Amino acid sequence: MLKQTEGSHAVAEAVGLCRPEVICAYPISPQTHIVEGLGEMVKGGEIANCEFINVESEFAAMSVAIGSSATGARTYTATASQGLLFMAEAVYNASGLGLPIVMTVANRAIGAPINIWNDHTDALSQRDSGWIQLFAETNQEALDLHIQAFKLAEEVSLPVMVCMDGFILTHAYERVDIPTQEQVDAFLPPYEPRQVLDPTEPVSIGAMVGPEAFAEVRYLAHAKQMQALESIPHLAEQFRTVFGRDSGGLTHSYLTDDAETIVVAMGSVLGTIKDTVDQMRAAGEKIGVLGITSYRPFPIENVRAALQHVRRVVVLEKSLAVGIGGVLSTDVRMAMSGLDLHGHTVVAGLGGRAITRKSLLSLFTKAVHGELGHLTFLDLDWNVINKQLERERKTRRSGPAAESMLRDIGVIASRIG
Amino acid sequence: MFQVRIHGRGGQGVVTAAEMLSIAAFEEGRHAQAFPSFGSERTGAPVVAFCRIADQEIRLREPIMEPDALIIQDPTLLLQVDVFSGLKKGGYILINTSRSFDELGLGDYVRDWPGDRLCTVPATDLSRKHVGRPMPNVPLLAGFAAASGLIRLESVIKAIGAKFADKVASNNVAAATAAYQFVADAVIKARHQEAAHA
Repeated sequence: MLKQTEGSHAVAEAVGLCRPEVICAYPISPQTHIVEGLGEMVKGGEIANCEFINVESEFAAMSVAIGSSATGARTYTATASQGLLFMAEAVYNASGLGLPIVMTVANRAIGAPINIWNDHTDALSQRDSGWIQLFAETNQEALDLHIQAFKLAEEVSLPVMVCMDGFILTHAYERVDIPTQEQVDAFLPPYEPRQVLDPTEPVSIGAMVGPEAFAEVRYLAHAKQMQALESIPHLAEQFRTVFGRDSGGLTHSYLTDDAETIVVAMGSVLGTIKDTVDQMRAAGEKIGVLGITSYRPFPIENVRAALQHVRRVVVLEKSLAVGIGGVLSTDVRMAMSGLDLHGHTVVAGLGGRAITRKSLLSLFTKAVHGELGHLTFLDLDWNVINKQLERERKTRRSGPAAESMLRDIGVIASRIG
Repeated sequence: MFQVRIHGRGGQGVVTAAEMLSIAAFEEGRHAQAFPSFGSERTGAPVVAFCRIADQEIRLREPIMEPDALIIQDPTLLLQVDVFSGLKKGGYILINTSRSFDELGLGDYVRDWPGDRLCTVPATDLSRKHVGRPMPNVPLLAGFAAASGLIRLESVIKAIGAKFADKVASNNVAAATAAYQFVADAVIKARHQEAAHA
């Protein structure tokens, strides 16, 4: 049924339709509306046979999720930013144990400086945790990816993180098609766990493994992610059969067939990029877009195939690997290995900085004219940076940097963008 | 694509107004995207929310920098925020006030504007009267429907039904209906005046 609703609410409805048995979460912006919605649904009896467990922290949330998933319950949680970092140890354990938990990450920056707004540094900090990581472009896709996530997680016995841009998607009202319970039931069978903590058939889960087998057990996690590379496109096909729309898959291509320049990105910024690319196409520029939906496993072959015949690639990412530049770019450049093309990394949208069509148009125009450097920070205010660097050169006790830079910028309450 | 920017203060239902506008547009079969500004939202602090309305899927995610219409929920913001930033010339301006554009010191800015694009409605007063609370968002939305003709009052009423229940909903419908009438009358009057001057 078509509905005009908030992204968080759409996701809560999708999770509810997946018949979760345990939901445990600790509230953190911008994830809050999702778990509030689910809390109301459980309390109102809208989700049958489901327990909502209030926990005292994110570490507890993931620990409860591990426990409930190990007993064979379909388990869901959600978090963001510092919350994801706080649960990090348990995040690795969930995947190491092969427990198919589904977690929404409402992507938000990581402090310091503390910032509640959107970028991808939280999810990308867990890129090696062994979780499958899917990135949604729209609220429709966020909704759809959650339904696919439970099936994928349970098929390969790995946890899945569904990443959606905090505020930009979670707090946006847009049109979504909410499926029926019958459709979801036709797509998602009941959970058949590979391992269950059951007093009638006792097993232990979580053995200590020494050098004799540690690498083999870890390799198995890699092998399962490689299985997921096969499963993800199949699930997207099945999804289309049942729900009648394209969602998920490994990558999304847009006007790439004859493209000389391809922009690679993840998440909701793809929409603004496509609008900019349309504008450049109208002016005769051969430019296209490759959206990465599955970041882990990383579809290295698909990315390589898409970039095979292009002259340059611009990786635009909402993340910063301090000390080198890009996070997503590192993987894209691995896919480019041996190909003769120019690669550019653009760090954009950190901490909720708006990524505008105007800035993208000027950026991509520079790129196609060969004027873009190796690493670019989009719309950086160099005056503020140089002033602070100068202050630090001149004075030993230059004081806290963030506070000084805010003072230099002045009042921001009056700004629009 | 039609783009609306709503300015107000934390606690005045600015974000809810944008969401309701998107619901009203959806009710008319259109695509709509509403989202809040990504600033700190504290009671009394300036808040901005946005709504785009179009006939096809809306992919753009940037803040609305060049609005076709402005709804200003609190006229004291005129002194604090550059609310008119990027407004298209001749765009709709709807202000919550019982004063005129001249009295608000905006006479020069809107000198060449079509008269029927400049609307005021005492939305806080109407809300106090009908809802018993100073919540100007719903009357302004209805006023915007009357000024722009972009959405119908019936769709605003449906959006009220999607957000509020029972007495709060019916009181808001009363406030919306009064505001719609107020602005509709003012727009007709402005068009008559312009026709007389032409």
